[in-house]
Amino acid sequence: MSKLLEVEDLRVSFPTRTGLVQAVRGVSFSLGKERLGIVGESGSGKSQTGRAIMGLTAETAQITAKKLDFNGIDLLKASPAQRRAMRGKRIAMILQDPKYSLNPVMTIGRQIVEALRAHERIGGAEARRRALEMLAAVQIRDPERVFNLYPHEVSGGMGQRAMIAMMLVAGPELLIADEPTSALDVTVQLEVLGILNRLVAERGMGLIFVSHDLRLVSSFCDRVIVMYAGRIVEELPASRLAQAEHPYTRGLLNCMPKIGADRHPLPVLDRKPEWAL
Amino acid sequence: MTSALSIDKLRVTFDDFLALKDVSLEVKPGESFGLVGESGSGKSTLLRAVAGLAPVTGGKVEVNGKPLGAKRDKAFYRQVQMVFQDPYGSLHPRQTVDRLLLEPLDIHGFDDTERRIVRALDEVGLGPSFRFRYSHQLSGGQRQRVAIARALILEPSILLLDEPTSALDASVQAEVLNLLEKVRADRKLTFVMVSHDLAVVTHMCDRLMVMQHGREVELLSSADLAARQVTQDYTRSLLTASEGYRRSA
Repeated sequence: MSKLLEVEDLRVSFPTRTGLVQAVRGVSFSLGKERLGIVGESGSGKSQTGRAIMGLTAETAQITAKKLDFNGIDLLKASPAQRRAMRGKRIAMILQDPKYSLNPVMTIGRQIVEALRAHERIGGAEARRRALEMLAAVQIRDPERVFNLYPHEVSGGMGQRAMIAMMLVAGPELLIADEPTSALDVTVQLEVLGILNRLVAERGMGLIFVSHDLRLVSSFCDRVIVMYAGRIVEELPASRLAQAEHPYTRGLLNCMPKIGADRHPLPVLDRKPEWAL
Repeated sequence: MTSALSIDKLRVTFDDFLALKDVSLEVKPGESFGLVGESGSGKSTLLRAVAGLAPVTGGKVEVNGKPLGAKRDKAFYRQVQMVFQDPYGSLHPRQTVDRLLLEPLDIHGFDDTERRIVRALDEVGLGPSFRFRYSHQLSGGQRQRVAIARALILEPSILLLDEPTSALDASVQAEVLNLLEKVRADRKLTFVMVSHDLAVVTHMCDRLMVMQHGREVELLSSADLAARQVTQDYTRSLLTASEGYRRSA
């Protein structure tokens, strides 16, 4: 399988008053046209990993890596202009909450058209046609109507579909989804994931799915990376999650309440300092 | 036996929008009762209406057999306390933990505040070293423990819990749920708990009500839910959704 993305020894650190905080400490993985899940709790560095690939890390941060290679392009050496041209066109990112990540004073349609015209030289009518097509592809029933709505006029699920439409309209090769469904209701979650799954498969994209929800990720992705304190503690095929070996992964799986399991009190995670070494 | 909480045809209206449409329920003393549903189902509104935080436009609420008036009095808040979803938004940012815990004691004229504060912190598993910290110096789980301590310090008999763990990581959620179960057992508390997570509600509650569009969909026991003994399609779809994503779906 050809590699879309290769990451080797990625480190992201932030200088603070009390010294250097290392958010990501030597993460390595590679990605083909597949669905890769990155799971971890708050502060594990999962989002910063995604942001470093996208080129959205805060300017004060220091990023180093032995290799950060996207389709033969060295992302660390790319100029800001080069990265800007790639961002949105070749690598796209879906954020958690459509309420905060869509532009509140611009209609949904205009935002999608803007994303498209930032990367392609096409006329207004053509852009509008493609935006409507994309809205239909994310299973919005009445694309013409939604095109003219503002983000606050639609539900969370609809907003997240609009965001997916906006991110996919330029036809990226790699999609990073950072907690794309965490702000949504469980029933809506599945619909949105279904749409994402179909589009990723149809268009042959690589997907990095960042989430805190181990169960959801393992049911959606092909492969799962589990992060703890800025490092990868375990990597395994999603289907073999039940056979996870690292005590952190097992602890995470175990501490969630399950319907039908009568466990009082719930087993809690006993964090070992050596996991963070 | 009188119910701890008795709600009869409760109705809440925000301007022209009917958020809660004549919902009735009874919670027995010492019971743990769950409210489940999607956003906008009215589950939080029901809880807030009981606490006097939502505009009630019809129906009756009784606490321990005593009907509640339009405005909640001090005695009510001694009986009923609430824990909110977001531990980042529900603690005063410029008050220390000590001050946060002292406030309810002051309002209700408790004596022996020193001992009560120390005991409250101890009960929620925070040592005395946390007493003079600000909430921004605490993690999400620690903040939620402070919020629970603040609710318990008045020794209420009913605790209203609005998504108490949905802002927390899974491992921290387990710790907070265990803490809630322990204080309920120790103090024989009545819980009314709102959550969008069926697994959390079935774990914590004896009975639950599934809500949608401001109405009751189904009232059932956690055991029935675990055994898939549900009668409504909506409950079934929630159950399916809680099992995670399926490729074929």
